[in-house]
Amino acid sequence: MFWNNFSYDPDKMQRYLDIAQSSLLPLLEGAVVYTLPLTLITFVLGLTLAILTALARISTIKPLQWIARFYVSAIRGTPLLVQLFILFYGLGSVGIVIDPFPAAVIGFSLNVGAYASEVIRAAILSIPKGQWEAAQMIGMSYSQTLRRVILPQATRVSIPPLSNTFIGLVKDTSLASAILVTEMFRRAQEIAAFNYEVLLLYTEVAILYWIICFLLSLVQGRLERRFDRYVSR
Amino acid sequence: MISINGLHKQFGNLEVLKGIDLQINKGQVITVIGPSGSGKTTLLRCMNILEVPTSGSITIDGQTTDFSNTVHKKEIDLFRRKSAMVFQHYNLFPHMTVLQNVMEGPMIVKKISKVEARKKAEQLLNKVGLGDKFDFYPHQLSGGQQQRVGIARALALEPKVMLFDEPTSALDPELVGEVLQVMKDLAGEGITMVVVTHEMRFAKDVADEIIFMDQGKIIERSKPIDMFTHPKEERTKQFLNLLQ
Ligand SMILES: Nc1ncnc2c1ncn2[C@@H]1O[C@H](COP(=O)(O)OP(=O)(O)OP(=O)(O)O)[C@@H](O)[C@H]1O
Ligand SMILES: [Mg+2]
Repeated sequence: MFWNNFSYDPDKMQRYLDIAQSSLLPLLEGAVVYTLPLTLITFVLGLTLAILTALARISTIKPLQWIARFYVSAIRGTPLLVQLFILFYGLGSVGIVIDPFPAAVIGFSLNVGAYASEVIRAAILSIPKGQWEAAQMIGMSYSQTLRRVILPQATRVSIPPLSNTFIGLVKDTSLASAILVTEMFRRAQEIAAFNYEVLLLYTEVAILYWIICFLLSLVQGRLERRFDRYVSR
Repeated sequence: MISINGLHKQFGNLEVLKGIDLQINKGQVITVIGPSGSGKTTLLRCMNILEVPTSGSITIDGQTTDFSNTVHKKEIDLFRRKSAMVFQHYNLFPHMTVLQNVMEGPMIVKKISKVEARKKAEQLLNKVGLGDKFDFYPHQLSGGQQQRVGIARALALEPKVMLFDEPTSALDPELVGEVLQVMKDLAGEGITMVVVTHEMRFAKDVADEIIFMDQGKIIERSKPIDMFTHPKEERTKQFLNLLQ
């Protein structure tokens, strides 16, 4: 560890700087090629799945409700890492081979879908009954009401909790390293395995995650302000 | 033009409308009064099928819907277009501007072009005195202004009958007048209206006839003067006395 040696050693310092610098590019590459695409694709798929699940939960069709409940319960009740292992190693062992990246997309999407569906369901239920009735009164169908009246308002309510989900997802993608996706964290592991500067590399990758999440929280703030146009404060 | 026959509505075991028979002529303004829980709101909601009646039939403008059998969704959609409702709590769409609120029905449901819907919405908003508020969001308006948007939104549907459910009872007293004035103007134009209200001023001045409801039934129907000076039924007397 670099602080074990109290005497200042310019050569060592130079070595740390070199490693930090030379590892930056591969790490960023891991972020741009895997971490960010994985996050974005997963979020879009997961959100779609979440909306469908939320709609199934609030529908009056019992079997749809049951399927949605079962899905949410199964995903929330089991560890994400275990789910990823089942998808990649488990299915792989019985001949259903999915490549690491698609396996990660499937695993994370299922996860986001389950958690975000609860957020969206709560947001939909928070819209006053009068909104449904006014929409019905002007002649809208169920799907028109959802698209034009309910979901736009529910979106505003869901932005803060969905941002949490999204930021959580960015960090969770590091678990994909365990199923061989060479995303940012796996790059850090690989480089550290090579030069043994474990603390340095993992701190560096932590800071990179932090920066990404910080930028996302800025986006969240902008979105919230945009959607707050129509509510009084 | 409107004919309600043997209308029943039950919520579980609770019978809220117990056989309503009511005829309303074109251009008539009918005010419905009665104690809380007597079924006034439910009656209006049944006319717009926001509540599906348990049995009985309603005819509006030549289309009869019989609720004793299950009614097809298509039929409900068509029937609903005959009337439009103004809600006690306005129920405007908060994420849409005033103009969008009024355009939404004609544009989305009646598939009228945007330009045309806009023109019409502007006309209607001018009519209810909100010509300078097109691009405001509902929360930027006073209650009275919001309710006038609600009226414009309903008018934009070009209904055969306008249904008002206590349109002024959520308003501060000083804002009631502006909404009643708009309604009075509509009545003057010959629009058929059914108005549930506690505003006896409006009932006296504007209504052609008043209907008194109690416990899910129509107890009495008279001209305003008769209703207020010599009501026929004991229950009507009691109710009117309570108001004074
Ligand atoms: N969706 C519902 N489910 C169950 N009961 C209902 C429902 N809607 C209304 N009721 C009941 O039906 C009765 C009549 O209600 P309604 O709202 O029609 O009365 P109202 O005459 O409009 O009263 P108010 O003057 O207080 O508005 C009440 O006892 C009410 O509790
Ligand atoms: Mg009522």
